[in-house]
Amino acid sequence: MAKVLLEMNSITKTFPGVKALDNVNLKVEEGEIHALVGENGAGKSTLMNVLSGIYPYGTYEGDIIYDGEVCEFHNIKDSEKKGIVIIHQELALIPYMTIGENMFLGNEQGSKWCIDWNRTYAEADKYLAMVGLSDSSKTLVKDIGTGKQQLVEIAKALAKNAKLLILDEPTSSLNETDSRALLDLMKKLQREEGMTMIIISHKLNEVSYVADKITVVRDGSTIETMDSKNQEISEARIIKGMVGREITDRFPKRHDIKLGDVMMEVKNWTVYHPEFSERKVCDDVSINVRAGEVVGIYGLMGAGRTELAMSIFGRSYGIGISGELMLRGEPVTLKSPKQAIEAGLAYVTEDRKGNGLVLSNSILRNTTLANLGGVSKGTFIDKDKEYEVAQEYVEKLKTKTPSVEQLVGNLSGGNQQKVLLAKWMFANPDILILDEPTRGIDVGAKYEIYCIINDLAKAGKSVVMISSELPEVIGMSDRIYIMNQAKIVGEMKASEATQENIMACIVGVSGESSADGVGSEA
Amino acid sequence: MGANKVVTFLRKYMMLIATVIVVIAFYFITGGKTLYPMNIDSLISQNAYVFVLGTGMLLCILTGGNIDLSVGSVVCLAGGVGAMMMYNWRMPWFVAVIAMLVMGLLVGLWHGFWIAYVKVPPFIATLVGMLAFRGLANIIMGGFAIPVEDKTFLNLFGGGDSCYVPDFLSFIAPDSGLNVTCMAAGIAIAVGYVIFTFVNRTRLIAKGYKVESLGAVIVKTVLIAAVVVWFSYKLAGYKGIPTALIWIALILGIFAYITTKTTLGRNLYAVGGNEKATRLSGIDTRKVMFSAYTLMGVLSGFAGIVNIARLQGSTPTYGVGYEMDAIAACFIGGASAYGGTGSIGGVIIGAALMGIINQGMSIADTPVNYQKVVKGIVLIVAVLFDVIMQMRRKGAKKKATSSVSSEKGGAQS
Repeated sequence: MAKVLLEMNSITKTFPGVKALDNVNLKVEEGEIHALVGENGAGKSTLMNVLSGIYPYGTYEGDIIYDGEVCEFHNIKDSEKKGIVIIHQELALIPYMTIGENMFLGNEQGSKWCIDWNRTYAEADKYLAMVGLSDSSKTLVKDIGTGKQQLVEIAKALAKNAKLLILDEPTSSLNETDSRALLDLMKKLQREEGMTMIIISHKLNEVSYVADKITVVRDGSTIETMDSKNQEISEARIIKGMVGREITDRFPKRHDIKLGDVMMEVKNWTVYHPEFSERKVCDDVSINVRAGEVVGIYGLMGAGRTELAMSIFGRSYGIGISGELMLRGEPVTLKSPKQAIEAGLAYVTEDRKGNGLVLSNSILRNTTLANLGGVSKGTFIDKDKEYEVAQEYVEKLKTKTPSVEQLVGNLSGGNQQKVLLAKWMFANPDILILDEPTRGIDVGAKYEIYCIINDLAKAGKSVVMISSELPEVIGMSDRIYIMNQAKIVGEMKASEATQENIMACIVGVSGESSADGVGSEA
Repeated sequence: MGANKVVTFLRKYMMLIATVIVVIAFYFITGGKTLYPMNIDSLISQNAYVFVLGTGMLLCILTGGNIDLSVGSVVCLAGGVGAMMMYNWRMPWFVAVIAMLVMGLLVGLWHGFWIAYVKVPPFIATLVGMLAFRGLANIIMGGFAIPVEDKTFLNLFGGGDSCYVPDFLSFIAPDSGLNVTCMAAGIAIAVGYVIFTFVNRTRLIAKGYKVESLGAVIVKTVLIAAVVVWFSYKLAGYKGIPTALIWIALILGIFAYITTKTTLGRNLYAVGGNEKATRLSGIDTRKVMFSAYTLMGVLSGFAGIVNIARLQGSTPTYGVGYEMDAIAACFIGGASAYGGTGSIGGVIIGAALMGIINQGMSIADTPVNYQKVVKGIVLIVAVLFDVIMQMRRKGAKKKATSSVSSEKGGAQS
């Protein structure tokens, strides 16, 4: 048995109201590739953030034993000194700097007062060769593709004398060929340099290709660790570990569901990425939703769900949008969010702080923002009416707040989400697209949001609910679309859906050009 | 809990308290000279442009901390053209006034177009304006100073010796030595304010809204009414109500209304608070930006009018540094450098505080260059206070929000 390089013992990390990690144990041997798999929000990244010192020593419980000694990392610099280097999902390279400059950013070569550029570039070239990149280190990062940028990230990590390399979803923005090249590079580093690596990934085929050991994380706990030496690890086996959660009655039931006509239909919807214009973020997507129906769209981060929703909502995301959009059986063209709202559409964003709410404004002002016309005569706002409206929604949605004058920034996540819902409910749409409506809120508030969704459906609204939580999708929807890598890869009735067969739809597709979440989903 | 209340109170009234302290300090430093009726009067006329430009600047700052550097140059350009129309070409004053406003409007449209629709950064677009319009003003005026002699114009817009509202009520108390109209107006406003406050409060209570406690309201109302009466008493002791004051009040009133009670005002705050969320709420954020800069342009034109009236003429160097006075007034008055917060009330306090410090130091014979240093320090202290308060609030809030950030970390996994 090889030497144990890293041991994380009973790590517990709590955020107010949420136990993100509960007594997690992880053991990594020297020279192995160790995979962490689990659903979104299972706690994988939190665990790695604890390890790399992003969450400093003292904010969690438990021990990190690295290379035989107990470590107390207070920041990333501490862990990097020890040789623990994390490569984040979103590339952290500066586009208008050269590869060499990027690689030694914060670690400049030369003396304190003078950067030795010759040494910088010579060193950079050495590491680039190590990762098999033939470009000159003087090339600007913006001029190389994402696949190569990912390699540069690895070279950058090597330049920091990494002994333990953590890769967080390294292939999420790469296509098949680049992904394969990256995985092979990992194997090569393991073979030739004896590098120890931890890889976080959703793509189970990749994980079983590259990893020696696989640890499954679920709901903040490590469920099991599988060793490929002792057993053949099938993807089905991993899935079972990932989703083996009971669906209890965390979801309010809906009775006598009455489905109406098809309210919205999207046909052959294709959207390209606004910056990487050759990359499809939605590829030939067709979905529909009826009045009174809750349709779930399940997909992992970066599947293209948010991109789909936002491109439908008045083309607020993406370029080169093609396809047909029908509302109430009539083809329509919606060129701006304003037109979309007028056509009876609402998009409740997953990113409530970034895209949803004006945090520096009150509940009152946020509630009426999307429908100011509803409380004003011409350009003049009827303040009394506005107050009544805001008050009404606070009571209806049970938002906990001292008054409607409270700044939204001071509310908890769940209450912010309610204000966001109130805003769109007051806009009185027929079709609501809810993007991760329960993200980051506690269980009690989740239940209340579910009730609101059910009430909306009961009132004859069409609801499209995007979610990356399987139990939620199965528990809440009438029908489920499964989206992966920009495509709809499955559709099923909720009554037929199980966590296993939904996951099977996703891993069943070997991705070609993949779409990453980019800013909008991250 | 009690400490928290004190902090909230300080946050809200910090600058007001500071202003009072400054007034009292200068009163003693100058041996009471700063509160002579004449000095109060000149405080208004000298700072009229700061109030007007600060109002416009607030609109720009609200949209996201954007500023307009060109206003000084626009004041000069509009004023120069107006002066030439009246003096060189002998045109009637109202034509000149309209022309100056139109010039401001055109400049505003020009800036608005580049900033809102072409997405030129406001700093650069208005820097261009600052240079170009200054040059244009010089070219048009041929580098000369041009006097303004039209009496009606001067009286109306606050220049010369008789730019005051005539005392048509003097028959009531002819021997009092006071301007009776001014006194009466002051009392009427104070009484009106008190009545309005309480009628409104009763109405709100009837509708079941939350209102401030009666004690707080009484203290506040009485204080404001007292200040108004005191102020009008001082002015009455000199020449009465300066016409400039009426214009300032009119503009502040209009824009206080716009920023608080209209959809445009609401949208300005929303854009500054979160541009993306506003756009996704179906609001044309470009139009909002465009409106802000257009209104700023018109107000610059108006400041040009007030400026040539007070100085009774125009020279190509007028208005240099005015943009900084306006910006400082906004920030001292609590506007956020990131947009989304700020108010007309804040601008009033900011402009007044700067004016009082300026005047007080002049009367106390502080050398001009020292005055600038002091003004700079006042600005940093005002903003610093805001920054520290923000940090405190964030610290207190951290617990509430970190559950959300935890989820964010988890979501990336």
